[in-house]
Amino acid sequence: MPQIAQLAEVWSSQIFWMLVTFGFVFFVVGLGMVPKIQSTVEARDSKISGDLEAAKAAFARGDEIEADYRARENESRAAAQALVAEAKAKAAKDAEKKVAAADAKIAEKIAAAEAEIRAASTSAMAEIEAVAAEAAQDLVAKVSGVQPTAAAAQQAVKAALAHG
Amino acid sequence: MAEAGKIDPMHQFAIEPLFGTDHWAIGGYNIAFTNSALWMVITAVVLWGFMLLGMKRELVPGRWQAAAETMTGFIDNLLLANVGPEGKRYVPYVFSLFMFILFANLLGLLPLGLVGSHAFTFTSHFTATGVLAILSFSIVLIVGFARHGLHFFSLFVPHGTPAWLLWLIPFIELVSFLVRPFSLGLRLFVAMMAGHILLEVLSSFVINSGNAGAGWGIAIGLPSFILMIGISALELLVAVIQAYVFALLTSLYINDAVNLH
Repeated sequence: MPQIAQLAEVWSSQIFWMLVTFGFVFFVVGLGMVPKIQSTVEARDSKISGDLEAAKAAFARGDEIEADYRARENESRAAAQALVAEAKAKAAKDAEKKVAAADAKIAEKIAAAEAEIRAASTSAMAEIEAVAAEAAQDLVAKVSGVQPTAAAAQQAVKAALAHG
Repeated sequence: MAEAGKIDPMHQFAIEPLFGTDHWAIGGYNIAFTNSALWMVITAVVLWGFMLLGMKRELVPGRWQAAAETMTGFIDNLLLANVGPEGKRYVPYVFSLFMFILFANLLGLLPLGLVGSHAFTFTSHFTATGVLAILSFSIVLIVGFARHGLHFFSLFVPHGTPAWLLWLIPFIELVSFLVRPFSLGLRLFVAMMAGHILLEVLSSFVINSGNAGAGWGIAIGLPSFILMIGISALELLVAVIQAYVFALLTSLYINDAVNLH
């Protein structure tokens, strides 16, 4: 086994070159390059997590804006509905008032017409009474030759009319 | 080499000085630039290049950047899961450890024999893995004593130890603690060596049976070759798993030092 057979002649050279080469690796690669590579990786990781966080924040802001917009929309819709309801109520009230006014006017007209009719029929009745009394006076005078008084004739006619 | 029995499966682990540097020394200690050292340098440079290409630091990573970031993220998670938030401090060390071993194991498996060269797996030498194991163990000791002072010794008395076992448990815990660097280093070295020997032995079957004649070649060489394909896939897996085990155990030991069980 050369490892043991050559031990006496090569051990110092082996250890020396091992220390030189591994020393180079440790100081140049291990201490010089590894931290730089690690910092690159860390920078990337932090950038990725930062970007993710920014995206999350943007998402949250978007949600907020949407909620805000929703609330405002609901508000304006409610306001519009209130406006419409108010207009409707006002219109209904106006219509009611107008209808009431028209009703009153119509009732007045009807009452006037009725009064006129009643007056006309009363006067007509009075005329009929007078004519009937005269006719009855004439009839009695012709039939019996007695001239009844106008008042008696009138009374008789009234009684006959009342009995219909 | 073609003659039967002349293929030495251990030869691939032999260390040879390159470029006439065998007389290099510091304070009397030889530091020849060997084939092993060459592959350590290649591993370090390839790993450095891999990381450099993954350092474009773009917001949307390309393929290479994603690969590098996956590896750091993997070690990050390993330490986070085993040590907790405090484990982040040890990411550079465990990452270096994991990637260095991983690249060494994988580069050592490169089939460079096809182009006339030979890959050398320095993680199959306990002189190399031992350095890493002792480094990990030292970090555990330093962190443990720095954070907890002498209280670190309470690591040897696990929660719920019955009073009448207090004479035995700390001793067992001490031994298991002291064995850690050996298990770390030896596991990697043995796993890598075993796989490479197996591949070498099987390939010698293929070559020797082929040289013995077409009949032997079909009877022994072909099944061996098919088995080699499977073992090669397994070796790739072992290369990754051993690197992972080294990093995982190191992070568990660091957890002991940081959190005291």
